[in-house]
Amino acid sequence: MTWFGLYSYWIVVVLMMVGFYIVIAQGNLVKKIVGLNIFQTSAFIFFISLAWREDGTAPIALPDVTEYANPLPHVLILTAIVVGVALTAMGLALVVRVHEAYGSIEEDDIHRQDEQQ
Amino acid sequence: MAIVRIRSLLAVTMLTGIYSLVVAVLFVLMDAPDVALTEAAVGAGLMVILMLGTIALTTREERPHRMRHNLMALLVVAVTGAALIYATLDMPRFGDPEAPAHVHLSPRFTQESPEEIGIPNMVTSVLASYRGIDTLGEAVVVFAAAVGVLLVLGSGAVRGRKTSGRSRGEGGDQAP
Repeated sequence: MTWFGLYSYWIVVVLMMVGFYIVIAQGNLVKKIVGLNIFQTSAFIFFISLAWREDGTAPIALPDVTEYANPLPHVLILTAIVVGVALTAMGLALVVRVHEAYGSIEEDDIHRQDEQQ
Repeated sequence: MAIVRIRSLLAVTMLTGIYSLVVAVLFVLMDAPDVALTEAAVGAGLMVILMLGTIALTTREERPHRMRHNLMALLVVAVTGAALIYATLDMPRFGDPEAPAHVHLSPRFTQESPEEIGIPNMVTSVLASYRGIDTLGEAVVVFAAAVGVLLVLGSGAVRGRKTSGRSRGEGGDQAP
């Protein structure tokens, strides 16, 4: 089976779709942010799985080792994790503000209050 | 993932933390210890604290809601997932040393950066030296986010809301 070696991508796709589903279908704003987070993490796993190679080790120089995992995606994802948590913090702050303004963090409640005004 | 079904937001927060830890273990298994450390510290630590702060300021329970959009959403998700799976069929095998990602730039960094920079950890030397400007940009993004959180929550404090004191405390959390 040549397809069997692709399983890492399929795990990523499943996780990504779980996150996508939460973002679309859940009305609760905190849960939407959790969904975005899962979506984001699946992209991280995708990059790190691209960097992995079966004959390599972690990218820290050792005397007798010549093959390492690719360090470039690691750096990219390191940056992305930090930026991601900054965005999550921003999103959660907005949720707190929405709660102060509307008294609810459910999407349909907020829509209804908007229409009444 | 049970996160979709569980209605208590506190449990969702706990599950998010556990999920981040599992992902960090996965990163260790895929030879990325630096990324795993960051994910464990930031994802399982800081993220859970931020979410706990948020649900303390808002509500703890999710209101039960009608299952109206769910069929449509499931359809969209299934179609997108199928398209993505179809796209993976051309990808190189998992762990293949001959994959395009490993043959072009990676050898340059793995072979020469320990001598050029003098740090055995290649991730560190790329992050701090070859891509130092990018890391500065990352610091700017984090600073901008901290300022943004303070602005968003601070405007509530000006109007004298009863939660304002606690919101200012929560905004201060992201500064480190």
